Amino acid sequence: MKNIEMKRRDFVKILGLASGGLLFGCNVSEDKLVVNTLEDGISFVPNLFIQLQKDGKVIIVVARSEMGQGIRTSMASAIAEDLEADWKYVTVQQATGDAKFGNQNTDGSRSIRTLLNPMRKMGAMARTILEQAAAKKWDIAVSSCKAENHFVKNSTTGEEIFFGDLVEEAKSIPIPLDEDIILKDKKEFKYIGKKVIRGVDMEDFLHGKANYGLDARLPNMKFASIARSPVTFGSVKSYNSSETMEVSGVEQVIQLDRLIPPAGQFFGMLGGVAVIANNTWAAFQGKNNLNIEWESGLNETYDSEKFKEKLISRIHNKAKVVPPFRGNVDKAFKNADKVIEATYTMPHLVHAPMEVPNALAWVRNGKCDVWAPVQDPQTVRAEIAHFFGFAIDDITINVMLLGGAFGRKSKSDFVVEAVALSQKINAPVQVVWTREDDIQHSFYHAQNAQYLKGSLDENGKVTGWLHRVAFPSITSSFKPMSNYIAGFELGMGFTNNPYNIPNLQIENAKAESHLRIGWLRSVSNIISGFGINSFVDELATVSGKDAIDFRLDLLGKDKISNEKSPHPFNVARLKNVLLEAKKLSDWGKQLPKGHGLGVAIHYSFYSYVATVVEVSVKSEKVKVENIYSVLDCGMYVNRDAVINQMEGAAIFGMSLTMFGKISTKKGVVEQSNFHDYQMTRMIDVPNIHVHLVDNEEDPTGVGEPGVPPISAAITNAIFNASGKRVRSLPLSDHGMV
Amino acid sequence: MQTLIINGQNYQVDAPESMPLLWAIRDLIGLTGTKFGCGVAQCGACSIMIDGTVVRSCSTMVSQAIGKNITTVEGTSDSLEALRQAWRDNSVPQCGYCQSGQLISAAELLDSNENPTDEDIDNAMSGNICRCGTYVRIKKAIKEAVELKKQA
Repeated sequence: MKNIEMKRRDFVKILGLASGGLLFGCNVSEDKLVVNTLEDGISFVPNLFIQLQKDGKVIIVVARSEMGQGIRTSMASAIAEDLEADWKYVTVQQATGDAKFGNQNTDGSRSIRTLLNPMRKMGAMARTILEQAAAKKWDIAVSSCKAENHFVKNSTTGEEIFFGDLVEEAKSIPIPLDEDIILKDKKEFKYIGKKVIRGVDMEDFLHGKANYGLDARLPNMKFASIARSPVTFGSVKSYNSSETMEVSGVEQVIQLDRLIPPAGQFFGMLGGVAVIANNTWAAFQGKNNLNIEWESGLNETYDSEKFKEKLISRIHNKAKVVPPFRGNVDKAFKNADKVIEATYTMPHLVHAPMEVPNALAWVRNGKCDVWAPVQDPQTVRAEIAHFFGFAIDDITINVMLLGGAFGRKSKSDFVVEAVALSQKINAPVQVVWTREDDIQHSFYHAQNAQYLKGSLDENGKVTGWLHRVAFPSITSSFKPMSNYIAGFELGMGFTNNPYNIPNLQIENAKAESHLRIGWLRSVSNIISGFGINSFVDELATVSGKDAIDFRLDLLGKDKISNEKSPHPFNVARLKNVLLEAKKLSDWGKQLPKGHGLGVAIHYSFYSYVATVVEVSVKSEKVKVENIYSVLDCGMYVNRDAVINQMEGAAIFGMSLTMFGKISTKKGVVEQSNFHDYQMTRMIDVPNIHVHLVDNEEDPTGVGEPGVPPISAAITNAIFNASGKRVRSLPLSDHGMV
Repeated sequence: MQTLIINGQNYQVDAPESMPLLWAIRDLIGLTGTKFGCGVAQCGACSIMIDGTVVRSCSTMVSQAIGKNITTVEGTSDSLEALRQAWRDNSVPQCGYCQSGQLISAAELLDSNENPTDEDIDNAMSGNICRCGTYVRIKKAIKEAVELKKQA
């Protein structure tokens, strides 16, 4: 057995290297990988992700968080594909937060991009062992044994043996060498890239049986609601809880101090006054009845409208020039036939997932168990270890289903709150945010302003491009006084501007943060996608050219960038999605009066998207009639889920374009619930047409890339429908919805 | 103690008078399919039916449901089963969280209208927010469920 153990570990290590250290970049403890020491003693467990039982049931462990992107289904189907498993035997088990599973951080649209091949290899490894087990059982050459749909077939005799009947034999087979693990030929795929797989959680969704964080239950658990300072980072001066204690079901009131994370990592928690009750409603009522005097602190002066003016004045002056430095824009502007400039602004946004932030924690006997909807369970675990002093192995993070997340649930502040309270009251307690808490105490998408200046020569060709941008950086949530946009944020569309412009200058202007700033689906691509696509449209208009032809020309010759990247930018693929969108939308078609088409393209998360939107404008009111989106994400796993993501991204983009606005007065967020932070609803929904480009490229992002083009495609369409150029969002600010 | 009749079953609860049904159903009875989304009848995640009429359970008092038939997403009806089939066929859900409320609102529509128009669907469903944005699938699935129900 020792020999097998070593080899299993080696396999994992080799795989870790092959996948760029992403999958198993950390020490893998030996006992977790050994087949025969499992307690049940009846299953075949070739690796961390697969368990085959004698009845044929295959339990696939999924280590990424499910938030609607369908990752539990797509990961499981990737493994099932190369395992040759019959889907009807597959069930999914959610991994707890543990470094042994490799990186579990579910963000950045990267699960399939980074894990498709490693997961397929897990399946292929198990399939290879099962074929060898059958060969041993039949005493024939392994080359005559081929796994197919949960059976291994003897290609000479036609005899077949069920996967479940190979469990005992498989246990004695050593792990195959890496070079003996062969992935299936793509032509033989029955799950990957196909449409038919039914989501593993479908029946639970349809019957109210799916367990989200908010559905976690323990005997005698308590429920908590926390009043937090209306001004970010304010603190409790004093409070009176006598009216709270009168609420039936309220048990105690506890003051929580703010926990400040160490520079560079973690999220901490805001602190406040917590009401503990025996049901959620009582906790909410108790919170409403608190009488608290707050010390508001430094952010009390934050008025987002005034701050917008400050940002605009900053981008109208020279700021920090950042790479790439290309040519000389001043010269280009001086020698130009025409120079145009424009200023664009967008307010703060909030994720507002339908399931509010929540976490159930139970601290007892030096251990801490958590049940929560989290995107990044390992960071949660590390953060709890840091703040509360538990050994990492004494912390268990049970990852529940996420009722939407959009980046909000990668911040662990709500889990820290639950752990702090459970430790204080010695009981399991679920912290539940109200919708008002969620809207008013989030990690917000940054308010922003952009100034663009461009020059055209006498042929209408773009010669110069200056792009100044200002928004508070996400970095400010980890490192105080981070007053400039970080490189990773500029890398989302600004510094990697796809256009072939000879003179290009990017400038980064100062912007302080007065709220917690965080990433929201597509992050700063939303900002660059709006600014660049709007401005290119303005240039096209001035040059008198068709918006699509102008972009195709501006993208320049086909070439693949020589940047250091796992998936270098390929301009031909961006042009291709644009041409496909032209076709899909029947660009140039005769439109009814008051209708207009607008186009936008964006490259993000290594994927290529082009979107055409048709709007109608009637008495100044905008209705989105049709959205045509084309995505090139390379190879994809679950075709229908990818299309669903693109449809959802279109709606997400519509919501933020039409209504999305978080504003502050005296440091306090003015919005509080869905009546004043509105969403696109059924009545506003256009026809959505999605086309996926089929090719053999590596898989790239899906969840986020559909969002960035939407805003500008809508405002460009409004311009074409009505002649009105919208440069500040949302449309509701202009009375257009 | 009050008796609530949910999906044909009797449940005894001891709910404070001011408690909305949502919390009695979720926290006291333990049926967690009905979801909390906003608490102010803005999002529809908590939709249930009382005697066949959709209400937002976050804003409906327990006292208003005593002795009446409550249907939640854990329940069944011809309309719900047709909708479930259409939801499966169209892979409607993403995160799934709002779908309990979507199904209940759609069930009321199908119960009361044999041939809903697009406008009927818009009106019936615009109280239910889906942040994932599965609306086009919901609409398509409702239309298919109408046909499935006719065939049944």
